[in-house]
Amino acid sequence: MYIIVVGGGRLGYYLTKGLLAEGHEVLLLEKESEVCETITEELGSVCFRGDGCETTTLNEVGTSRADMFIAVTGDDEDNMVSCQVAKHKFNVPTTIARLRNPDNEDLFKKLGINITISATNLILEAIEREVTTHPLTHILTMQDKGWEMVDIRILPESTSAGKLVRELALPAESKLTLVIPRENKPYVPTANSVLKEGDRVIALTTPQTEEALRAALSGA
Amino acid sequence: MNILIMGCGRVGAQLASLLDADGHKITVLDNDSYSFRRLPSDFGGTALLGNGLQQDVLQKAGIESAEMFVATTQGDNRNIMACQVAKHIFNVPRVLCRIYDPLRQELFEGLGIEAISPTKIFAQLLRDKIIA
Repeated sequence: MYIIVVGGGRLGYYLTKGLLAEGHEVLLLEKESEVCETITEELGSVCFRGDGCETTTLNEVGTSRADMFIAVTGDDEDNMVSCQVAKHKFNVPTTIARLRNPDNEDLFKKLGINITISATNLILEAIEREVTTHPLTHILTMQDKGWEMVDIRILPESTSAGKLVRELALPAESKLTLVIPRENKPYVPTANSVLKEGDRVIALTTPQTEEALRAALSGA
Repeated sequence: MNILIMGCGRVGAQLASLLDADGHKITVLDNDSYSFRRLPSDFGGTALLGNGLQQDVLQKAGIESAEMFVATTQGDNRNIMACQVAKHIFNVPRVLCRIYDPLRQELFEGLGIEAISPTKIFAQLLRDKIIA
């Protein structure tokens, strides 16, 4: 795959290194000539000095044949603009942008940027996973499909404990895929399965219905 | 008209004072309070300190009731992003963007952002002066 990375900061540097090790053709775009020289010394001639938002620069590096375009500068606006130029001017199939401000996620999605990565959200999710008292944990986000997989715990005070699955007010857009009881073996739930305190329910849902699903399963 | 201007530089301040004199309701936003010195002493609008790339700041500046949003900061990308937030998140009826880079201006014009490139206009103006 031909992958273009914009921004030669620490993130861009290690990303380029990792992608090269996987055997991809990678080009790193960096504005500062000094940074560019250091990277070239260390990784070989993979760094091109230029502004990743400028059409002329992107033209020079053959963006129209790129399979993937990843913008990881420290500024949301620069990442957003370069991804839009790559997408709309050069028709790059997959564009990925780093986000500093999680509030911008909605906007980036509306503008057609395929994948957004926010360190803030990643750290929050990691904390969620570690703090076991939290009833809902995100396991996986399928951004392109709009689905996410969550792990919800049935707490002692949850009204769902002891009820049949069909008695619960589950949002239509969610699917319960697996129940992992505290002691017994995991099973695929049906309408007649009974949920018990301590069960963990693995479910597919959308970001919009996530809260309704949490309330239906672990709400008091 | 209710107009929100982001960036109180020379252009932003001048525009704010002209529109204010025309009787429009103006809010001008800048992340440096020192920029507000450019506003005339009889400016009747609101000057608000804050980063226009943050949605909560835009809400405080009244973007939800604005009929027009103008971005005149020094950064092309900042202007483009703020205008896209105004257009796609807050559904402001009309959004106007300053983009220095003529190529970027053409691209975003094509993506539905009403954009002006001072570089292009000024170069044309100079050429016309020279040829005449």
